[in-house]
Amino acid sequence: MKSRSAETILDESYLETRAKLLEVAAILDRIDRANGEGGRLPGDAAKRREQLTQAINILLTDSADRAEQIQQLFSREYDPDWRATFGLLPEHASNSAPQSRES
Amino acid sequence: MDFIDPHLHMVSRTTDDYETLARMGCVAISEPAFWAGFDRGSADGFRDYFEQLTAVEPKRAAQFGIQHHCWLCINAKEAENVSLSREVIAMIPEFLDRPGVLGIGEIGLNKNTKNEATVFLEHLDLAIEHDQLILIHTPHLEDKYQGTRMILDMLCDDSRINPDRVLVDHVEEHTIGEVLDRGFWAGMTLYPVTKCTPDRAADMIERFGGERLLANSAGDWGVSKPTAVPDLIYQMRRRGCDESLIRRVVHDNPSEFFAKSGKFAAPVR
Repeated sequence: MKSRSAETILDESYLETRAKLLEVAAILDRIDRANGEGGRLPGDAAKRREQLTQAINILLTDSADRAEQIQQLFSREYDPDWRATFGLLPEHASNSAPQSRES
Repeated sequence: MDFIDPHLHMVSRTTDDYETLARMGCVAISEPAFWAGFDRGSADGFRDYFEQLTAVEPKRAAQFGIQHHCWLCINAKEAENVSLSREVIAMIPEFLDRPGVLGIGEIGLNKNTKNEATVFLEHLDLAIEHDQLILIHTPHLEDKYQGTRMILDMLCDDSRINPDRVLVDHVEEHTIGEVLDRGFWAGMTLYPVTKCTPDRAADMIERFGGERLLANSAGDWGVSKPTAVPDLIYQMRRRGCDESLIRRVVHDNPSEFFAKSGKFAAPVR
C-alpha cells in the first residue's frame, strides 16, 4: 500500500479535525450551561460525563492505538468465566483451539 | 469498480436502492436474516420472511443485474425467546437447499444474555449438522467487546467449527485483531454513529491488511446508507491505496468466502 506522509494526512484532516473538536467543545459547553454554575449531574449522567473526560485524556496521549483505547473505555467488562456463570459449559470441547491474545 | 455488499437488508430498502447500487457497480448482495424492528409473534412469521429472502428478493435484485443471496436464522434480539427460537431453528432446514442460501446468519448476541448464548449454540449445531457457512452479528456499542469475546469463546471451544467457514461481522478497532488472529473472516460495517466510518475502516485495512477482511453497509430500516461500500472505495482511492487491495476487500474476499458454500460464483461481466 502506498503510504501518505504525516504532513499530507494532517493537511487533509486539519479542518475536519478542527470542526470535530469544536463540536465536542460546544457540546460540553451546552451540558455545563444546562447544568448551571456549580451544579452536579445525577449519578449515571455524572459517570457518563466522566467517561467523556477520560476519553479526552486518551486523546492527549502519544499512544498509537487511541481509537482502540477509547473503544475499550466505552465497553462493558468481559468475564472469562461467563460460561460457568451461565451454566453453558462446552459440549464439543476443542483441545486445539487457537489461544486468545491477552488484552 | 464492481463490488459485493456482503451484508445488506434489502427487504427494508426500496427498489430505487437496487437501481442505485447497480449504477454504482454492485454485482451481488448477501442479506442476513435480522430483526424486523418488532418481535414476531410466531414461527410462521419467520416462514414468510424466509420466503421473502429466498424467493422474492432474488427476483427484485435480478431486475438490475444484481445477484441476491441470503442467510437464515432467528436473530439475537428475538433469540431471548428460546421456545420461539427453537421452533424457527427446527423450520430452517426446509429452506437450506434453496439456491441463494449461503448459510446460517446473522446469529450472535445482542445484550449478551444466557438465552441469547443458548440459542447461538443451537444455531451452531444447526450449521454444523447441515455443513453451512456461518455469519455472525456482534453486539453494538458498550456490549460489543464483551459479546465478541463470548462469541469467540463459543466458537473456539467447539472442535467442530472451522474458522475459515465463519464470518464475524461488525468488527471495530477493539475487536478486529482477535477475530483475525483466531483465523476467522472479519466484516467491517460502515454505519453511521454506532459502528464504523469509511475513514476508520480504511485505517483498519491499513493496519491489518486485506486478508480475510470484508466491508459492508448493513443497510436496513434504520439510519443507514446502502451505498456505503462505494464510499469506502472512494476513501481508499483518495489515500492512494492500490486498486488490487480495494478490489480484494470489496469484491474478491466476499467472493472467496461465499464460494465456500458451493452456491456462489462471482458474476462475470
